[in-house]
Amino acid sequence: MPWLSTLIAVPVLGAVGVALLPKGNDKLAKQLALVVSLVVLALTLVMAVQFSPRGTRFQFDETYEWIPRFGVHFGLAVDGIALVLIVLSAVLVPIVVLASWHDADGTGADAPPKRSVKTYFALLLVLEAMMIGVFAATDIFLFYVFFEAMLIPMYFMIGSYGGAQRSYAAVKFLLYSLFGGLLMLVAVIGLYVIAEKNTFMFPELIGAITDPTTQKWLFAGFFIAFAVKAPLWPFHTWLPDAAAQAPAGAAVLLVGVLDKVGTYGMLRFCLELFPDAAKFFTPLVLVLAVVGIVYGAIVAIGQTDMKRLIAYTSISHFGFIALGVFAMSQNAATGATLYMVNHGFSTGALFLIAGFLIYRRGSNYIADYGGVQKVAPILAGTFLVAGLSGLALPGLSSFVSEFMVLIGSFQTYPVPATIATAGVVLAAIYILWMYKRVANGPTTEAVAGMKDLNGREKWVIAPLIALIIALGFYPKPLLDVINPAVDKTLANVTVTEFTPAVPVADQKGAGE
Amino acid sequence: MTTHYLVLSALLFAIGAVGVLVRRNAIVVFMCVELMLNACNLAFVTFARQHGNLDGQIIAFFVMVVAAAEVVVGLAIIVTIFRTRRSASVDDANLLKY
Amino acid sequence: MEPAEKIIQHAGGVIGVSWLMIALPLLGAAILLLGGRRTDRWGHLLGVAMSLASFVVAVLAFVELIGLPEAQRRRGVELFQFIPGMVDMGVLIDPLSISFALLITGVGSLIHIYSIGYMSHDPARRRFFAYLNLFVAAMLLLVLADNYVGLYVGWEGVGLASYLLIGFWQQKPSAATAAQKAFIVNRVGDFGLAIGIFVIWTTFGSVAYGPVFGAAGGADQGVLTVIGLLLLLGACGKSAQVPLQSWLLDAMEGPTPVSALIHAATMVTAGVYLVVRSGAIFELAPTAQLVVTIVGVVTLLAGAIIGTAKDDIKKGLAGSTMSQIGYMMLAAGLGPAGYAFAIAHLITHGFFKANLFLGAGSIMHAMNDEVDMRKYGGLRKFLPVTFATFFIGYLAIIGFPLLSGYFTKDGIIETAMHHSAILGWLAVVGAGITGFYMSRMVFMTFFGEKRWADDAHPHESPAVMTWPLIILSVGSIFLGGYLILGNTFMQFLAPAVGRPAELPVFHFFSVPGLATLALVAVGAAFAWMKYGRAQVPVVAPRGSFLTTFARRDLYGDAINESLFMRPGQWATRFAVFFDNRGIDGLVNGLAAMIGGTSGRLRRIQTGFARSYALSILFGAAVVAGALLLVGNL
Repeated sequence: MPWLSTLIAVPVLGAVGVALLPKGNDKLAKQLALVVSLVVLALTLVMAVQFSPRGTRFQFDETYEWIPRFGVHFGLAVDGIALVLIVLSAVLVPIVVLASWHDADGTGADAPPKRSVKTYFALLLVLEAMMIGVFAATDIFLFYVFFEAMLIPMYFMIGSYGGAQRSYAAVKFLLYSLFGGLLMLVAVIGLYVIAEKNTFMFPELIGAITDPTTQKWLFAGFFIAFAVKAPLWPFHTWLPDAAAQAPAGAAVLLVGVLDKVGTYGMLRFCLELFPDAAKFFTPLVLVLAVVGIVYGAIVAIGQTDMKRLIAYTSISHFGFIALGVFAMSQNAATGATLYMVNHGFSTGALFLIAGFLIYRRGSNYIADYGGVQKVAPILAGTFLVAGLSGLALPGLSSFVSEFMVLIGSFQTYPVPATIATAGVVLAAIYILWMYKRVANGPTTEAVAGMKDLNGREKWVIAPLIALIIALGFYPKPLLDVINPAVDKTLANVTVTEFTPAVPVADQKGAGE
Repeated sequence: MTTHYLVLSALLFAIGAVGVLVRRNAIVVFMCVELMLNACNLAFVTFARQHGNLDGQIIAFFVMVVAAAEVVVGLAIIVTIFRTRRSASVDDANLLKY
Repeated sequence: MEPAEKIIQHAGGVIGVSWLMIALPLLGAAILLLGGRRTDRWGHLLGVAMSLASFVVAVLAFVELIGLPEAQRRRGVELFQFIPGMVDMGVLIDPLSISFALLITGVGSLIHIYSIGYMSHDPARRRFFAYLNLFVAAMLLLVLADNYVGLYVGWEGVGLASYLLIGFWQQKPSAATAAQKAFIVNRVGDFGLAIGIFVIWTTFGSVAYGPVFGAAGGADQGVLTVIGLLLLLGACGKSAQVPLQSWLLDAMEGPTPVSALIHAATMVTAGVYLVVRSGAIFELAPTAQLVVTIVGVVTLLAGAIIGTAKDDIKKGLAGSTMSQIGYMMLAAGLGPAGYAFAIAHLITHGFFKANLFLGAGSIMHAMNDEVDMRKYGGLRKFLPVTFATFFIGYLAIIGFPLLSGYFTKDGIIETAMHHSAILGWLAVVGAGITGFYMSRMVFMTFFGEKRWADDAHPHESPAVMTWPLIILSVGSIFLGGYLILGNTFMQFLAPAVGRPAELPVFHFFSVPGLATLALVAVGAAFAWMKYGRAQVPVVAPRGSFLTTFARRDLYGDAINESLFMRPGQWATRFAVFFDNRGIDGLVNGLAAMIGGTSGRLRRIQTGFARSYALSILFGAAVVAGALLLVGNL
């Protein structure tokens, strides 16, 4: 069964179906979108179960010729890294659909003028298809196409359904991403021409470029695109605007999945296609990552807008992921991949709960809240759990990934890892301070009538919280899938073999 | 031999170009454009003769067809503008800017 | 010194299921938190039941452990792969961890029972018990885990429980702030612990206790010192040792049972556990050990000094807790000779300090939650049981002969004296100050005339609160002698932490011991003069410079504020400004520049057809000229 093309086709067809519904069928459109996204989730899970972690690197391979003249293929396949990210997307979309039930209705305090509800849900489904496609693409040209095409649904979701400054944010998002994307296009073409293999297929291009200078230029082209997408400091300023203006559901997909394409691209393309250049640029990237971790956290502390604050925390977290990717150590890269997934869940939950709060109170500003815990204990409780996951509390999923990134980077680059670890103290400050101002203290008048989570909202949050806790205690299923894939990814990169100074005599519990 | 024709063509072209630049009346400007086109036609035909093939003559026909079509559209626009604004000066029709 | 025994894998028996100790309270917490209001009616009973069940498992595991030959008393139980290739989660049952488990579940259960009465009027009592159960589970994970990562998980888990419980009355801004402060200061310590674990991993390629301690001998001393100091930083955060002490006094915002369980008996002693557990590393890094002892001595004096000036009974006890943990830390830095005393003092302290805190809670319960001792006075007639138990706790903590604290504290002082005279005498001075501030507390609270507000109607607490007090006072009387005399506890602990070359002998009439008693008597007498015999003013007098110094917690908060908070605020403000105006300003500036340029360029489109014609001509001329030029080249 052509799993991956099915996974792309189903949401596209669903989107067409939703868009073609006659006017006035908003409820049906929502239900249809939910059903389609659940079908995609079910298919993804069935596929994921059949994946064999120890098998060949790329599985569920499908390759069709697309533009034979240039060796462009419609090539899809997944390894462990892509698989977990596809699962992440497939899990998040139904949750987002359910969470966005009223986002496009145009009710609420300063909501934008009434827009087509069915278009919003159609865009969500199109976006899902793009997200699955971008992770599954094995043809670099196809990857580029998905990479750029993803922008379009997101642009409309921010620009048409966002907050007060939505058009500024949407244009900024689009221009930033296009800028990076075009640099990547140049690099993609350059790679094709210089490699002289007459193909864009990724597996065949590994090791095709040997000249160090060429590698550096092409690396830069790819890396800047991914650094803008991720976003790494100092290419990050579009994210707070976009995330703050986007409707909560779109913000979840933006930060939870779309941005992961950047870090995924670094791991998949930058490291493997240009290993020498990656080695050469490592110090620079590590500096950017560490600056991003500390800087993002400090700026997050100073935010007054809840969604912007969460966006800045993500910038800090993307610093951790980049650190893990470029630390050139198995543990760190595995941790970084796991981090991409966990961050999607925990930040997704944070954005959604912030969205619920904002929907009730009609304000993004932290200062407009206070004492929510008293009137809406479940809302505040889930907010706290999601926040604690954001600050990487052990027992919640982010801890495992952050710990692996840090311990792995410490093996190879102790100083950056130590500075990055200081980020955990700052994380405690930004999360707890926000929680305190929102949920603790005396209940303010404006908050007094706030309702607790309703049934739909509980269904939105429960799976995320369950995943956060389950993966916090037992991350093995994911790690078992990620580990071999990272192993093969790093096989082409010169990784410093980790040898402890005083290896323990009894290797039990210490194995490599 | 053909040089004379070419010189004539160049002269006609120059006269047409100067006319386009200095005259205000749209009709006159239009006629000057036609003059330039015909100067080109003359050059094409001359070269056709010189090289002994028909390429230039074919192009000349094309130019004539395009010029005829252009005259139809152009004159219609000029007449419409004249009707609405009581003026055929190209300097008065400057709303399409910035 | 003899090395500690090897860890033997264990299956079956109670030890084989000792993970139930952690799982049961965790299950309780989950049920209570997820069940919501449906569990309100019986939630507290479930909480107590889970804690007691955990205690039963601990006792059974203890019995099974002492049934084994001494050389086999370190039993490991494998649970599951946490991070494949790095961390295998497992439980380690050895004399050290089981001692802690018994203390945590035993004292913990008593405090659970006490809380039924103490929290009976609180609408959120169920949530309180959920958090208490969560705490017990996390604390047990901390002490039972067989590797540093497991310890770290429990370490932060108790931090979370502490955060939730300090901020239990979160609608009070002061409580919310105190909770946040506790978590953040602890995180600074956790930072050290985390880096310590990273260094352990990169040095040994393992984080499990057994392999790491086995290989520690081969490691470079500098590396071990670094590990030791980093672990100590973690310990300082959790155990409120100088310089990370400032959160503990604020933590008294939490309900009193919390102060008793978390901020006196168990969680704050986790730092001592960490140092003793990592003994194999510290013993090979004398510098780190020295720093441990210095931190211990500084804290025991600082805590005692803070305790002398507090009018809030709970804050006074908190200062005392700091001080007592300082003693334990001091002993923990003294090697195998000190470990047994450190842990023994930790256990007896767990009893008498929980006793004192719960007594304070009982007083507050009687006095409309008044905590200012200047508004107490003469309470012994109204609260006879509380008075009796509090007084026993008082005698135990000041080291009255033959009570628990006498044996364990004296053991620490003797060992310290043996090690270094300066440390020893400073510890003696600390004991003298303890005598003063504890006597002050007792005199201000129970003796003298009544100074209460008119609406206070002191009454003895219900039996569910007094029975735990009585049980704890029995422990406060006898436990110390039982553990120390004949080195019972040292022999018991030896398989886990090793034993010193020569076993100490307890002298009833040694010079330091007598000096301690004398100083304590002087302190108590001084307190009697100032607070027992004399009238206690209801409003605190201004006092000298030294009083202010102690009242303001030795300016700990002021130092933190000027060194970290203010610069932090500035940095935050600058970073936000830089981000908006600097980076984003650059981006938006670039956009504005391009926009401005094109705004100017579009002026070329004048609308005059003839000017376009001219530019076309000009362009054509340029192209023609260029062609000619190229053609001629």
